[in-house]
Amino acid sequence: MAGSVKARVLVAGRAQGVVLRLDAAVSFWGGVSPQTAEIIQHDHPNRGICISQRILLLPAMIGSSSSSAVLLELLYKKIGPKAILMTEIDAILVLGDLVAGEMGYPTIPILQVAADALQNGQAVTIEENGTIGF
Amino acid sequence: MLHLSETEKRVLVDESQPALAMAMRILVATAEILGASRLIAVASAHIDGCLYLGDSGVFFAEKLVQLGGRVAIPATLNVGALDLIHPHLVQAGTHHRSMAKRQMQAYLDLGCQASWTCAPYQTGHRPGLGENVAWGESNAVVFANSVLGARTNRYGDLLDICLALSGRAPYTGLHRPENRHANLVIDLSGLPGALKSSESFFPVLGSWLGRHAGASVPALTGFEAPVAEDHLKALGAGAASTGAVGMFHIVGQTPEAATLADALGGNPCAETLKPTLQDFRRERDRLSQQTGSQLDCVALGSPHFSYAETRALLTTLAGRSSRVPFYVCTNRFVLHKLEQEGLLEALARAGIELVIDTCVAVAPILRGKGGVMMTNSAKFAHYGPGNTGYQSVFGSLADCVDSAVSGKITRNPGLWQDQ
Repeated sequence: MAGSVKARVLVAGRAQGVVLRLDAAVSFWGGVSPQTAEIIQHDHPNRGICISQRILLLPAMIGSSSSSAVLLELLYKKIGPKAILMTEIDAILVLGDLVAGEMGYPTIPILQVAADALQNGQAVTIEENGTIGF
Repeated sequence: MLHLSETEKRVLVDESQPALAMAMRILVATAEILGASRLIAVASAHIDGCLYLGDSGVFFAEKLVQLGGRVAIPATLNVGALDLIHPHLVQAGTHHRSMAKRQMQAYLDLGCQASWTCAPYQTGHRPGLGENVAWGESNAVVFANSVLGARTNRYGDLLDICLALSGRAPYTGLHRPENRHANLVIDLSGLPGALKSSESFFPVLGSWLGRHAGASVPALTGFEAPVAEDHLKALGAGAASTGAVGMFHIVGQTPEAATLADALGGNPCAETLKPTLQDFRRERDRLSQQTGSQLDCVALGSPHFSYAETRALLTTLAGRSSRVPFYVCTNRFVLHKLEQEGLLEALARAGIELVIDTCVAVAPILRGKGGVMMTNSAKFAHYGPGNTGYQSVFGSLADCVDSAVSGKITRNPGLWQDQ
């Protein structure tokens, strides 16, 4: 590993994958398809990209209060991202992950990171304690 | 650091009440993430989570039912994905229909009321000044905070029912008095008085406000006359669809804004914006994606039409009928009142289709694969294209009715012109 950063753990877990850093905030409700995990917001710069199996880095928060239900649906269908890294804490998304845990669906790690901590396309390993190695 | 009372701690591990324990675990984890120092009691809930978005939402609600869940406080329900009174209206496959119905039923089984409306505050659910409540649905949240002076944050799917089961909410955001003070002033004194009391101004003002206020608490000044309740409703709904506004003040009218100083609560450095008629004309035009005359349907009632709005529609129709499908979304409360007053026949004769328990923006009701939908609602205009595939055209109630009668879009610039 070339280096590591320490992030605040919001939901603990381990994951390994490639960072998908979005170029703009997205509301999961109305912005991400619960059927395909694709970004469907009509004017989003990353429209058409699938967030499934990626380490999703969200540059900003945008809150529809139904986004929790969309993340829950993605996790239930096992087409969610491998982890979510957020620069601002979005309690609504975290909620979807917490409820997935209560329902016995696989949960994903969610961490808060600094905006410039990681780059798009970087391969990273996330540890339970919030260490992100790259 | 979150401090829990002894009772709250006991509930967390109470195996005799597993649904309540599950709700409390979800609530406590969320409160910790929000940085709340404690939980507070809430007096009522309005639940948005009953709308079917995917199977997991059904399983979640049914799990709470299986675990013996029951709401601890009065809880009304927002719209579902079906019109249970007119089941033929929603065009969905068997799976969608059966899951949507299961989700609605699960929330009833948890003890929520079959209100099925996004305007619960017009069907008798009106918490008092200073009362802490746990409400979902952005327009209802704005109305509760701004017009009633009740205190709530926007509680979304999955969390809302946990708060209703536990009767508790994190003590953050708009529950705290210091966060309810205005930090932005909107001065409307330069606008023509007639426009400021016209029905079609308020959705546009709301839409503009959401875009400029973001998540601030704005105080509006410069109204010459009190703003009618249905106009306040349209203002809040518009603001909550383009922005994260959770509360506004109207100085001299809303309960926490007797004066500008009261609204500001001593906040010395609130910025003042003074939008012009031109700004609002521009905002009005943003609510339309079409400028042609093609019209395929009219949809009113987001938030759900009140009895007074439905009466105003009948007056405007003046015996004429619509040549295009014309939907009015409302609730059982209004339906019942219309029935009592013998007005259903007049509506049917005019070609008005009442949509109950749901609305055209959240359920597949509009026929065909798209076209042009006219509305007097900022919220329909905003969400219409994404959710229905129809292009929106915004107009006043009179514009909507005149267009429906002629079958072609006509809009009267009237009050929007320079005086």
